[in-house]
Amino acid sequence: MKIMNCPLNGPRNISEFVYGGEVKTMPNSLTCSDKEWADYVFYSDNTIRVITEWWYHSASGYWFIAERHTASDEIFKTYDPSELFNERIEFESKPEPVEEKSA
Amino acid sequence: MPFSLLKYGLKNDYPFENDVDLPSPTELKKHYDVVIIGGGGHGVATAYYLAKYHGITNVAILEKGYLGGGNTARNTAVIRSNYLTSEGVKFYKESVDMFKGLSNEFDFNIMYSSRGQLTLAHTDSTIRSFRQRTEVNTHFGGKTELIDPQQIKELVPTLNMNPADMPVLAGLWHIDGATARHDAVAWGYAKGATQRGVELHQLTEVTDVIVENGKATGVKTNRGTVSCGCIVQAVAGHSSIVAAMAGIKMPITTYPLQAMVTQPVKPFLDPLVSSSALHCYVQQTGRGEIVFGGGSDPYPLYNTRSTLDLKESLLASAVEMFPFMANLKLMRQWAGITDMTSDYSPIMGLSPVENYYLDAGWGTWGFKSTPICGKSMAELVASGGKVPELIAPFAMDRFDEFRQVNEMGATAASH
Ligand SMILES: Cc1cc2nc3c(=O)[nH]c(=O)nc-3n(C[C@H](O)[C@H](O)[C@H](O)COP(=O)(O)OP(=O)(O)OC[C@H]3O[C@@H](n4cnc5c(N)ncnc54)[C@H](O)[C@@H]3O)c2cc1C
Repeated sequence: MKIMNCPLNGPRNISEFVYGGEVKTMPNSLTCSDKEWADYVFYSDNTIRVITEWWYHSASGYWFIAERHTASDEIFKTYDPSELFNERIEFESKPEPVEEKSA
Repeated sequence: MPFSLLKYGLKNDYPFENDVDLPSPTELKKHYDVVIIGGGGHGVATAYYLAKYHGITNVAILEKGYLGGGNTARNTAVIRSNYLTSEGVKFYKESVDMFKGLSNEFDFNIMYSSRGQLTLAHTDSTIRSFRQRTEVNTHFGGKTELIDPQQIKELVPTLNMNPADMPVLAGLWHIDGATARHDAVAWGYAKGATQRGVELHQLTEVTDVIVENGKATGVKTNRGTVSCGCIVQAVAGHSSIVAAMAGIKMPITTYPLQAMVTQPVKPFLDPLVSSSALHCYVQQTGRGEIVFGGGSDPYPLYNTRSTLDLKESLLASAVEMFPFMANLKLMRQWAGITDMTSDYSPIMGLSPVENYYLDAGWGTWGFKSTPICGKSMAELVASGGKVPELIAPFAMDRFDEFRQVNEMGATAASH
């Protein structure tokens, strides 16, 4: 079986991992247009080269980042997300409290 | 017939000497009215209907490999219309009806074999969705019934009714379900198109798309540049790559899909059988081989390699369904790369670039749509971009408007 090197657990069978999609910058959902949001959610370059992607080691519940070639399937690097994301992401959404309406 | 056969048997020479399937290759012309990128079933069907119904014959099909060598020759040839949404069922139903007449139309046997498709339910919620699919299908004139375990046993006596400890509770019996010889479909269309004047250029790879002022005006290939009135892209697994040449980004991710086949055995299995929970479908070909197919690979990749992992997981399910198959020998395993959309419906119609039409997002289920898709794309091209009603719901901008056509449940396990 293909082996992936988990930054937390070391080399493991690829079947222990779940693919989590390309690493993309999330637009601000409160201010972006519908088109920008659709682009983030559905569209992708889906091209042939080394891609930076999210992976998840399901046995230990650990998310990390891998750099993998989308044609040769070669995995060049795997590392902890803290190498890319070193600032806390604030979600600005403040849902309005739902008012109870009497019938 | 027997008499002419006898005469043929006694003859010295081969009577079809001059009846070649495809004309020999020619130089590329400087200009075509229509350039079709991709010589799979969809590309050649579009060309065929352009020539046949619209008299448009100054058409070139540009294929980087050989005719039908992409997913058209790799699929497991399931033809059915028992999807979930009305948009989907209406569309696929037309295709099934067209398939029935193709052998006659081509005067070439595509080996259409209407044997019915049985999908097994192992949970109550699956039965509920089967009930819905039965109703939608029946409404649009398809033949689909919900059947009970006794009827299933009678249809498929060799089936284990308790595979992987998941009892078979009911079945979606799609009487219209069928198979056809996939290469023959591509050849039939190609022959019909080229006889009407369309040019098929194999070993001709499109390397760039020329866009001027938002309009597609030509393509660059490994054999030179050609200008054209409009372009149809039908390249399946390479949809995102070719669209990017025209500056178009698509809501598509490319995944490999694998299948495999055993040595031939005596006929024992007439219907196509698939299990919604085991993600496995099983069918016996006219030659007696058993074809196995299942879900896509677990992560995106542009590669047609086969894996041992898939062999193990798919065959474990197949042997649960038909335990005696454990003794059979596997003969071949192969893969195609498939252009998956997140709603499991195709993308057909206009693109952000003028005169550039999209036929993509066919993922793991596009063989069955070859006739109706070709016919609809031809209509779209011939009318200069008026989208036929039947394919309007499948426009790419449905993703921008959040009105997907969700066929995931009806597609995932059986294509
Ligand atoms: C294993 C497997 C099983 C399947 N089972 C089923 C099934 O049971 N039922 C079903 O309905 N569907 C099934 N499918 C899906 C079906 O095969 C496809 O959706 C369908 O064949 C797509 O047809 P097409 O003509 O669009 O693409 P293809 O047949 O893939 O043709 C596209 C062509 O474009 C060419 N091309 C690519 N890039 C370029 C370029 N730059 N320049 C020129 N040419 C180019 C390729 O060489 C290729 O020949 C299956 C697919 C696979 C892989």
